[in-house]
Amino acid sequence: MKKYSVFAIAREAMRGHKGWEEQWSSPEPKKEYDVIIVGAGGHGLATAYYLATVHGITNVAVLEKGWLGGGNTGRNTTIIRSNYLYDESAGIYDHALKLWDGLSQELNYNVMYSARGVMMLAHNVHDIQVLKRHVHANRLNGIDNEWLSPEQAKEFCPPLNISKDARYPVVGAALQRRGGTARHDAVAWGYARGASARGVHIIQNCEVTGVKRAPNGAVMGVDTTRGFIGAKKVGVVAAGHSSVIMNMAGVRMPLESYPLQALVSEPVKPVVPCVVMSNTVHAYISQSDKGELVIGAGTDQYVSYSQTGGLHILQHTLDAICEMFPIFTRMKMLRSWGGIVDVTPDRSPILAKTPVPGLYVNCGWGTGGFKATPGSGHVFAHTIAKDDPHPINAPFTIERFRTGRLIDEAAAAAVAH
Amino acid sequence: MLLIRCPYCEEERPELEFRNAGEAHIARSANIAGESDDDFEKFFFIRSNPKGIIHERWRHMHGCARFFNAVRDTVTDKFIMTYKAGEPKPSKLPEISNEVVAK
Repeated sequence: MKKYSVFAIAREAMRGHKGWEEQWSSPEPKKEYDVIIVGAGGHGLATAYYLATVHGITNVAVLEKGWLGGGNTGRNTTIIRSNYLYDESAGIYDHALKLWDGLSQELNYNVMYSARGVMMLAHNVHDIQVLKRHVHANRLNGIDNEWLSPEQAKEFCPPLNISKDARYPVVGAALQRRGGTARHDAVAWGYARGASARGVHIIQNCEVTGVKRAPNGAVMGVDTTRGFIGAKKVGVVAAGHSSVIMNMAGVRMPLESYPLQALVSEPVKPVVPCVVMSNTVHAYISQSDKGELVIGAGTDQYVSYSQTGGLHILQHTLDAICEMFPIFTRMKMLRSWGGIVDVTPDRSPILAKTPVPGLYVNCGWGTGGFKATPGSGHVFAHTIAKDDPHPINAPFTIERFRTGRLIDEAAAAAVAH
Repeated sequence: MLLIRCPYCEEERPELEFRNAGEAHIARSANIAGESDDDFEKFFFIRSNPKGIIHERWRHMHGCARFFNAVRDTVTDKFIMTYKAGEPKPSKLPEISNEVVAK
């Protein structure tokens, strides 16, 4: 892997940019690997990257039915924060946030992490109570979060409407300054490049169609559209399709898959300097470096794999955006799309060993997995390499739905589900 | 937005009038306190989440307000049929299903 640097740019500029190499190779699949990761999204590629760099396991294949980073990694609204309520969640999301800081240097790839601040608005007494509870819980866990008055909120985000005449006036806000955004595609590409350089095989257009198990129940490998590929360890990181893959191994999951939509506006000059979220009017917004407003909507109400959703969901979100930012009422929207998110009953992820020896699962990130990408990959690689969870992901088992030890973060999501 | 046929009102109405109420045909035990942890987990948390044909409950919230069941393809989001609550899971789907399910 040739290192990217200012000298590399200068050198290539001198010779017509003919020396850039492919960022990752596309090898033919081998008969057998030590570890197979199902799903080449951010979490899967990060898992492969940390298997190689932290644990020295490089005989790894990442299988992807479509193209790398083409699922929810390329469809999310790129928001990063760690202001979750419970200790377990604070642990895993802040682990990720610490890795975001410095990830561009680690990967030698600009993931454009921008700690521009995530501000969550309160519109009523209940919001104030919930958000202040979060502020206090976060600070006890060493996570920055502070309470702002409406005037301070407007100072931090000038286009915000804090008029008392608003239908749902802003009465305060919680601000996590370390929160922000990153370039989602670059995260997948950077991890793919780093993993590939260390010998990991990234195999695209290779859909898993079955999970093979030995007579003793342990995993032997997977059937794919490119034939059988053997491995004694298989990690399933398939987002909305996780339960489909797990069913192939005979494991029924506490998951349901829903469409989640997002949209972007025409590009304009910088106007929204941070991320603004509101649970009550149900919308969140930030501005990409290209200038587009990036807006996230809620999930549809029914199980679906269609990667599309109802128009009324988008309309509802835009109503809320116009409520918070009246200056955007005449803004044109350019594109909208949907992804399929796998939601657990307690809205916390599952990163764990499974009842099947050699089978591991990293799923259930629901509507907010992007922010966790580096931390998720880091601890999931540990879980696979050691056949034992990292202390950070130890609480995120499948068994918690039997024991009742849930991590009930439903109220901490960006938008209510 | 989906168009959903309410089997009580016998009319196709827009999705906005309805609330999805999750997977259908999951029977609640008459003695829920006597359930083992395993069985309670299966009843309460585990879902089939199929890619393809799903049997699900809907409620005609802003209409007759009654619950009913539907058969839908989760890949195309097309409804194959709806039927009243309490009716058994249809053993055979109507002919149209072949055309609807074909991808």
